[in-house]
Amino acid sequence: MRSGVIAQKVGMTRVYTEGGEQIPVTVLRLENCQVVSHRTEDKNGYTAIQLGVGVAKVKNTPKAMRGHFAVAKVEPKRKVAEFRVTADNLIDIGAEITADHFVNGQYVDVVGTSIGKGFAGAMKRHNFGGLRASHGVSVSHRSHGSTGQCQDPGKVFKGKKMAGHMGATRVTTQNLKVVKTDVARGLILVKGAVPGSKGGWILVSDAIKKSLPDDVPMPGSFRKNGSSETSVASGKGAE
Amino acid sequence: MNIIDEIEQEQMAEIEAKRKLPVFSPGDTIRVNVRVTEGTRTRVQAYEGVCIARKGGGLNESFTVRKISYGEGVERVFPMFSPIIDSVDVIRRGKVRRAKLYYLRDRRGKSARIVEATNVRAKRLKDAERAAAVAAKAAAVKK
Repeated sequence: MRSGVIAQKVGMTRVYTEGGEQIPVTVLRLENCQVVSHRTEDKNGYTAIQLGVGVAKVKNTPKAMRGHFAVAKVEPKRKVAEFRVTADNLIDIGAEITADHFVNGQYVDVVGTSIGKGFAGAMKRHNFGGLRASHGVSVSHRSHGSTGQCQDPGKVFKGKKMAGHMGATRVTTQNLKVVKTDVARGLILVKGAVPGSKGGWILVSDAIKKSLPDDVPMPGSFRKNGSSETSVASGKGAE
Repeated sequence: MNIIDEIEQEQMAEIEAKRKLPVFSPGDTIRVNVRVTEGTRTRVQAYEGVCIARKGGGLNESFTVRKISYGEGVERVFPMFSPIIDSVDVIRRGKVRRAKLYYLRDRRGKSARIVEATNVRAKRLKDAERAAAVAAKAAAVKK
């Protein structure tokens, strides 16, 4: 299991293929995506990589986090997240992951925070049909209708689909295809829509339901701390 | 410039380097040369009709061409920057007073005609096109 990356959603556009097909793509940007810390079996009970992304002002970073970043010798980050990896796929602390971490044509799962819809009715929130437009219905055309039986249960069952807060939750979209990557600008173009608003943080990782192509870099594609050229740490296609 | 614009500009430049479409507007009769792939072979097929609308902007711009085929109205929408468009020839410049000529859909025969534009702009565009064609021919001969 390889590490994923934290990216920022830039927006959507389209890409034409040679055959004249149009592909709708979401543009994701990697900005200083560095390894901040490791979680190890003997110390934490599990193995993971902690990544940080973006540039945060020092004055806006809590003291505890400043210390945490200082240990890793990285600039303060705006967003920090962990990715579970196998022990042989740990990447050195301070390494900056580049966009060619993913190869063209591979599938990825993306996680984002969906756009908040506020307090939404049953029609919008659960795709209910609502009530009829005529035939005696008054005022309650968009209501959910009955919520249960009579005196026998005497209550509304828990989990009943009703109006309430919608959106602004963690949403995973599986099996999106990587159309193109751009290392120089740190861009990943993914086919289709990605949950969340522009500027939102997106966790991108290899698709769990699709087999990984042979030519993906293991443990990943990254720049060593301080150096400018990209180094793919181990042989391509290693287990 | 933001990243989305940058990506779109790059794609537009790439396609414009291969082919540049002439200036045309709604009301013009145009011939769109479309690349058709059948199995392994590609050939160019012409689609001729009246441009009745242009919409969108930049990379997302498209135009609609309407023609009457075997007595049946046919409309086809082409993206401006689609790689399947080989070239576009302007056959006739029309004089219209609207940007979207959707009213042509309800009309047939005589009332669906568009008067040819004889104004200065149309003439200038025509001359420029002719000059470009001559220049292209001269360049080809030189080669």
